Parts: sequence; structure tokens; C-alpha cells
Amino acid sequence: MCLAVPGKLISINHQDGNLLMGKVSFGGIVKDVCLDFVPEVQPGEYVLVHVGFALIVINESEAQNTLDMLSEIIIADESYDKFQTTRTRGL
Amino acid sequence: MKYIDEYRNHEVVKAVSQAIHKISEKYISVMEICGGQTHTILKYNFEEYLPKNITLIHGPGCPVCVTPVSIIDKAISLASRNDVVLVTFGDMLRVPGSVGDLLSAKANGKDVRMVYSPLDAVKIAGDNPEKKVVFFAVGFETTAPSNARSVIEAKKLNLNNYYLLCANMLVPPAIEALMNNKNVKIRGLLAAGHVCTVMGLKEYEIIAEKYHIPIIATGFEPLDIITGIYEAVGQIEEDRYEVVNKYSRAVSREGNLHAQKLIELVFDKTDKEWRGIGVIPQSGLKLKDEFYEFDAEKNFILDGIEVREPKDCIAGEILQGMKKPADCISFGKICNPEHPLGAPMVSPEGACAAYFRYRQVQQ
Ligand code: SF4
Repeated sequence: MCLAVPGKLISINHQDGNLLMGKVSFGGIVKDVCLDFVPEVQPGEYVLVHVGFALIVINESEAQNTLDMLSEIIIADESYDKFQTTRTRGL
Repeated sequence: MKYIDEYRNHEVVKAVSQAIHKISEKYISVMEICGGQTHTILKYNFEEYLPKNITLIHGPGCPVCVTPVSIIDKAISLASRNDVVLVTFGDMLRVPGSVGDLLSAKANGKDVRMVYSPLDAVKIAGDNPEKKVVFFAVGFETTAPSNARSVIEAKKLNLNNYYLLCANMLVPPAIEALMNNKNVKIRGLLAAGHVCTVMGLKEYEIIAEKYHIPIIATGFEPLDIITGIYEAVGQIEEDRYEVVNKYSRAVSREGNLHAQKLIELVFDKTDKEWRGIGVIPQSGLKLKDEFYEFDAEKNFILDGIEVREPKDCIAGEILQGMKKPADCISFGKICNPEHPLGAPMVSPEGACAAYFRYRQVQQ
């Protein structure tokens, strides 16, 4: 129910009356999303979408930081090398 | 997909899990607040990754699950009126009320519709001026701003046939109720990431300080959850209790101020009943008096419905982490996703549904 999914903002549509709307691509599937809570967003950025509303612009450098910080946790571990080679791959 | 796949890397999850094994000595319980996290934990079988001395306890963070029978009954009663279109999120259709659910009302010819967004409900109201359109608004802080925005939109469009049946709940008061319950023994909390996206972290700083408990803002992918647990365990081992943000790509300390402003504009805090738990002070939202004309509870007569809680359902204890689904005598027998007895068996984020789905597969 609190599911929110990251998607890439493709375009902003300023004409839609009171609502600030945009087109967001979720791995190729494009949906109309309300951008009222993220008026600063720019096309090309990623937003986190919940029940048709963008809740936040995803912080790209923080996203990278989280992955970088992991190396601190597991640096002493032999799986670290594996981590370096597989970090961009999914499960 | 970007921002998802890189947080599902199995090797990295395993490496962090080994790091947890190294630092963990105490016998402790850590609660993940959010049902979305419970789902991930069951799906990826987290027990396998954690030392035996760490127990994960599933929290009350599934809005569908905590919506009480009494308000489901009100929604069913509204749906039974010929002048009403009852609109809600898909998850709510199968949640049992005292007698039946919204899906059976729909099967009996009542106008019950499922939407993806509260804005879709406003559109239905605009398209059906001869009907009264009631949006059964459930959710936590994550959903509250969108529910609020729908009311503002209806007002801007001068709609006089849009109503909110408001079951919007707030997470921090429920956490406090848990911390005050002597039967609940939790040493660390993984806070619900998307609630924090909207509200930020300040409310949690107060709770961490008051109850001496580490609170980690945590996302929903396996790597998010395992790093959340690592941080909680590290703090507990060192007797620290801080609020730490492990979901910083989506959470900031302030949260989303635009969204918070909208919640404040439309809603007041109020005491709310939680399923199986009872009334928790100031744990929910109601429309402010100036939005009176949009309030379903003030514009329809909804008294006199006799509420019957399902027998043999221990949803209250499940939602407070005091018991696990397998402890329920109905689990998998008279209660299953086809015939749910209680709400935690309905929503995919409900602990009972998650256990049914993933534990049955593993057996
Ligand atoms: S298994 Fe069914 S009856 Fe038992 S607590 Fe869960 S929802 Fe209620």
C-alpha cells in the first residue's frame, strides 16, 4: 500500500489546469503522474511515485553514496572483490 | 530498473549479512515497521542471512491491515446506497467487515470502483454529477498528501458530490503505543522509508530519545533492509540509540515540505481505532471543519451499524509483533488469501499473506 516506484520523468505538462502533471517512464511503461509535491523537478530526473503522485526527486548522489558506503561495511570481507565486480548487477 | 536492481545484489546482501554475524552478540528483536519491508523479508528469506540471536518482528505498517472493521462496515453501508459510487484502492475490496466485504457488495450490483490514484476518484465525481462519489481514503503519511490533494482538486472544480471516508493513519503514535506496551520487547526499529520520504525524521528523533531505541530509516529492497539491520545491530551492541538515515536517496531529515503543508491544510489529527489494537490517541487524520462538505462521516448517517470482530483472528497481536501468523489457529486453514478472515491475510503487505505465500512455497 505504501509502495512507491522509481521512474524517469520524460516531460512536464504545464497546461493541465490546476495540476502540475508529467509523463514518467517505469522501465518503458509511461504513466501520467502528478508533480505537485516536486515542483522543482526537471525532465531526466528520477522520481518516486506513489498512487499517481511523485513524492520526491531521487537524490542521485545519495543513491551512489549508499552503494559506496557498503564497501566500508564489507571491506574486510573476502566477498568485497566479488562486490566490486557484481555491484551493478541485480540478484 | 535503475534504483531497484542495484539494491538487489545477492552477493552484497550476503557480504553485509556476514558483517552482521561478526558484530552481533546480544539476543535482540528488531522490528520492521512497514508491511512492504515484511514482504521483502519473507520473499528473500532473511532468516537465512541473520544470526540466530536476532529476531525480526513484523510491525503494524500496513494501512490495509490496520483499518478497523468499524470503518469497513461504514464503507460497505455507503456502497449499498443507490445514489453512491464507492471508490477505493484495490487492496481494500477484500478486507472483511462484520458481514461481507466491498467485493461482495460489488458482486451484488453495487457501484464499487477501484482506482490507482485519488485523482481518479475526483474524475469519477466530475463525470457522474448525479451520483455521490465517496472515496474511501486509507493510507499512512505516504498517502495522506495525495488524499488531501484530491479534496483540494474537488474544491477547485466546485464539485459538490465528492466525499472522503477518511481512514488515514499516522505511524509515530502507533510506534509510541508499541513502545508503551510491556508485552512488546523491541530493541531496534526500521522506520518505514516512504513515510519518512514525506514526513522526514524529526518525529523519530523524539521517539529514539524518549525510549532509548535506535531508529533506522530503511528502504524496501533487500540491500536496504540488510544495511538497516546492520546499523541497528551495531548501535544496540554499542548501547547507542540514534536516528540514522539508510534510505538517503529518498529520505531527507526535513521530508517533503510541499506534501506536509498540504496535509496540514486539509487535515487535523484525531484519535483513531486500529484493527485489533484499539484506539490510539492522535494516531489518524480527519478533515478540517472548513472541508465539512467533503466529509462522508458528516454528510451521511452512518450510526447504528453493529460491529462484529472476526472470531479466531489474532490480527491485533500479529500487528503488534506479539505473535507470528503460524501462531494463529486459523492460519492457512479457515483463513487463506482466497477466504481471508482478517485484513493481514488480504494485503500482499500483510504479515499473514506474506507468510502464506512465501513460507508455503519453501515448505
Ligand atoms: S491468519 Fe487470518 S485469522 Fe489468523 S491473524 Fe492472520 S488474518 Fe487473522
